[in-house]
Amino acid sequence: MITNNFEYHQPFTAAKAIELFQQLDKEGKSPVYFNGGTEIITMLRINAFYNNTQAVINIRNIPECNAIGFQGDHFIIGGSITLAHLEEREEFPLLRKNCGRIADHTSREKITIAGNICGSIMYKEAILPLLLTDATLLIMSELGIREVPIHEIFDNKINLDHGTFIVQIAIKKSYLNLQFVSKKITKIGRIGYPVLTVNGLQTEEKVRFAFSGLCAFPFRSYAIEKILNSVADSFEEKLSAVIKALPAPILDDAHGSSAYREFVLRYLLEESLTKLKVR
Amino acid sequence: MLQSIELTVNHEKRRIYVRPADTLLHTLRENLGLTGAKPGCENGDCGACTVLFDQRPMKSCLVLAMESENHEIITIEGLHQTSIQKAFIDEFAFQCGYCTSGFIMNCYALAAHHPNPDDYQIKNWLQSNICRCTGYEEIKHAITKVLKQQ
Repeated sequence: MITNNFEYHQPFTAAKAIELFQQLDKEGKSPVYFNGGTEIITMLRINAFYNNTQAVINIRNIPECNAIGFQGDHFIIGGSITLAHLEEREEFPLLRKNCGRIADHTSREKITIAGNICGSIMYKEAILPLLLTDATLLIMSELGIREVPIHEIFDNKINLDHGTFIVQIAIKKSYLNLQFVSKKITKIGRIGYPVLTVNGLQTEEKVRFAFSGLCAFPFRSYAIEKILNSVADSFEEKLSAVIKALPAPILDDAHGSSAYREFVLRYLLEESLTKLKVR
Repeated sequence: MLQSIELTVNHEKRRIYVRPADTLLHTLRENLGLTGAKPGCENGDCGACTVLFDQRPMKSCLVLAMESENHEIITIEGLHQTSIQKAFIDEFAFQCGYCTSGFIMNCYALAAHHPNPDDYQIKNWLQSNICRCTGYEEIKHAITKVLKQQ
């Protein structure tokens, strides 16, 4: 049971959502946007986050947030599209596979893609394919919708301005059907947070890599890609250089010690490089 | 701070008063007396509270009652003598019974959406529910039996 009380608002346009946010913010109600809401509900139940929230704004009924399909050279995904829906779509196989390994199927019926990549839980595995394909985010603010390349707004997490929200995600068509790897290892069984998730994408120039579960945030690293694409070095040399080039210390927690995560990294990288024929 | 909402549950419209912070699970049990959806983890992990939300399986502990207006909710009380219920009895697919309603709702949705699922789809969907008595083999027999009949 959620003991906090809050107001519930359900706008039907993006402009109305922004207007509501500003008004509730002025009233000191610390509003939050609510999409799938799984994280808000579970965190409020245990009083972990969102304790000051006195108003939620459900943006799931905004038509643009539920759009999905091709527009010109891009594949558009509304922020309110659920992971279960993406798991059933064939347009973007890497994202489809990744989404199929986040939480469990019934939970994926509620978790949305924007909720997953903007949440406070560190893994955010749905963002890996978006980082690899240089996705563009369409963000709604009081000035209207603006397009922002994901690399400009993602620095360990998505840094949205106060009161703004993701309406849609756009991915260039040319990235959708490239050869890829998507591998996830959990502590026990198939369901759970990743000990390590690795995504690889074979573009014309090189293989791109993104990781979740290795450090305290998901990331794509150009330095690591340069190392892994080198044809001169042996796998052992590459692995050693990759570990030195990590953007933060390897995670060490109840899901996996840092030594175990390093072991899993070796295993998944070896498999990924072989599958993508980089070795 | 109660608000009036109209829910459609098991094909009946019901007007009730809820706190905006009330989950659908809490509302079904406390406001409507439908105790078939079970509170287990209340964290979206166990699946004991699964209901159908516009024909899709949904963990009712992860849904606010306010979100449920204008959607069709079916609980275990809304299923009558379905083949999956019969199969659970025939295959002894329950022990303590606490997880049973959640499993049945999920199996029912699976059979409706994927009349011919492969092993991967069965596993993928049913991994959303936990049986602490570990009666998984019997549950698998029950769903397999229903799918074969289809």
